[in-house]
Amino acid sequence: MTTIELKRVANVIRQDIISMLVTAKSGHPGGSLSAADIVATLFFNEMRINPKDPRWEERDRFVLSKGHAAPVLYSALAEKGYFPKEELQGLRQTGHMLQGHPDMKKTPGVDMSTGSLGQGLSAANGMALAGKLDGKDYRVFALLGDGEMAEGQIWEAAMAAAHYKLDNVTAILDFNGLQIDGATDSVMCSAPLTEKWRAFCWHVIEVDGHDIDALLAAFAEAKTVKGRPTIIIAKTVKGKGVSFMEDQAGWHGNAPSVEQGEQALKELREEAANLG
Amino acid sequence: MANKVATREAYGKALLVLGAENPNVVVLDADLSKSTKTADFAKKYPERFFNMGIAEANLLGTAAGLAAAGKIPFASTFAIFAVGRAFEQIRNSIAYPKLNVKIAATHSGITVGEDGGSHQAIEDVAIMRAVPNMVVLVPADGEETRQVVLAAAQYKGPVYIRMGRLDVPLLFGEEYRFEIGKANVLKKGTDVAIMANGVMVSMALEAASELADQGVSVSVVNVASVKPLDEETIVRIAKTTKAVVTAEEHNIIGGLGSAVAEVLGEKQPTPMVRVGLKDTFGESGRPLELLEKYGLTKAELVKAVHEVLAKKQR
Ligand SMILES: Cc1ncc(C[n+]2csc(CCOP(=O)(O)OP(=O)(O)O)c2C)c(N)n1
Ligand SMILES: [Mg+2]
Repeated sequence: MTTIELKRVANVIRQDIISMLVTAKSGHPGGSLSAADIVATLFFNEMRINPKDPRWEERDRFVLSKGHAAPVLYSALAEKGYFPKEELQGLRQTGHMLQGHPDMKKTPGVDMSTGSLGQGLSAANGMALAGKLDGKDYRVFALLGDGEMAEGQIWEAAMAAAHYKLDNVTAILDFNGLQIDGATDSVMCSAPLTEKWRAFCWHVIEVDGHDIDALLAAFAEAKTVKGRPTIIIAKTVKGKGVSFMEDQAGWHGNAPSVEQGEQALKELREEAANLG
Repeated sequence: MANKVATREAYGKALLVLGAENPNVVVLDADLSKSTKTADFAKKYPERFFNMGIAEANLLGTAAGLAAAGKIPFASTFAIFAVGRAFEQIRNSIAYPKLNVKIAATHSGITVGEDGGSHQAIEDVAIMRAVPNMVVLVPADGEETRQVVLAAAQYKGPVYIRMGRLDVPLLFGEEYRFEIGKANVLKKGTDVAIMANGVMVSMALEAASELADQGVSVSVVNVASVKPLDEETIVRIAKTTKAVVTAEEHNIIGGLGSAVAEVLGEKQPTPMVRVGLKDTFGESGRPLELLEKYGLTKAELVKAVHEVLAKKQR
């Protein structure tokens, strides 16, 4: 896909996120919106996947380690055609498919059940080890949160991925600077992250996580790195695309009201119009 | 309509009381202070509040060290992350050396609601109950939570306090007395006893009045102290009613129902029906809809009572 097409996809994903959360009356807008460009680039350009065959053995895998951002994943899956778009409106409701956090038993296209932070990279490593064992060339992507960096298991997994030279693993860090209780630096400082990942023997790429061209280039580079895993540290803005949500910790886990949703959608539609 | 307050809300308030009373009380959280309601303590006593970030193993391990050095730490996060992520820290760094850590876990059970099965701890009581030295408390309302938190601070040793997200009816006034190791008989009856804790207590009381209208005399026992368990009261009540229903917002494996069955099986074999989650995970949905879907309702308790009465007659 071209850059402009990917931008349009990311915009549609953002609109889906807002309308899903308004209907659900709960969910996590901030970290879903911050990841929209990353997820759009992955699912609509980078990943080798087939929506008609969600369990295709040769497919690239995606692990949403920051599982609370499920809406961004669900929208991408629906837009790709894994399931009807109407399902999005059932988010978080009794008896519906789309759980508050990704559930691989219930939702086609979800490669790993997540929601408890810190566990996703380990699972990605496992998939990557299996791929190497089976002589398959699929790749595994894991999207992590910066608050999530506080979990010890992340660093256990970081060590293991380098130890086993998992060059088929690409982690993406949604580096939005916020978690629930405030700025990541003030809650539990994990800086300097670039140096930490380098010290763990990962190939580190730093990008603007809302610059589609930069993301495309980063994924292209990651593919060429051999003998070690890559992490793309994507600088993002939590709540990106909705003015009143941007960079506000308060929009981590609160759904917009109907009126707020309208306002947000208006802004996003204007952005879409500007994209042409 | 009865007033409603979430047990986590009452916990946050009780912490403020403790903070004023005892300078040794310290509070730890893991990036959920607004949800667990430790945020007010954090604001009032910032030097005695430690946000450990999203790192539950480190949260409980640090609490162990604080206790070893004479503090009374209350460590808070959602039940699933405290008991789940940090189980072995709880077992080996807290319970094994019997350190004075209070694990104040909120968002237990399926009434977590929309976040879904990944966030709904339904096995935490079973796990905590199986650990030697651990006290396990499941308060039913705001007032009982207040008393549970104060009692936990008084008690020397590890305590697991299980609380919820949902607003629940206020059942008790200040005259109510919670004691570690004591069950409270809320209602005396002769035909059957419902032994419940947490959100199920108010439903047990409602079921009892509905059953009274049907001519069934029901004892209601609030078993907030799951461990130590008030064996004496449980056996005494079972001797009179000769039929027992247990009710908990937890898997039927290993929780209150199991604890009661263990005691009665050995000391006073009694026909029983356990109401709880039937060895299944929860899912996303509104809390009240989920209680309905998973059979944690007054109607289900009434049904269970009729079932156990039929067993009794056999
Ligand atoms: C193990 C665990 N602890 C706590 C939580 C609750 N929780 C959900 S999201 C979140 C904050 C996440 O912050 P971050 O990783 O920065 O994500 P983002 O900013 O991208 O939303 C927390 C503490 C959780 N889901 N899992
Ligand atoms: Mg963040």
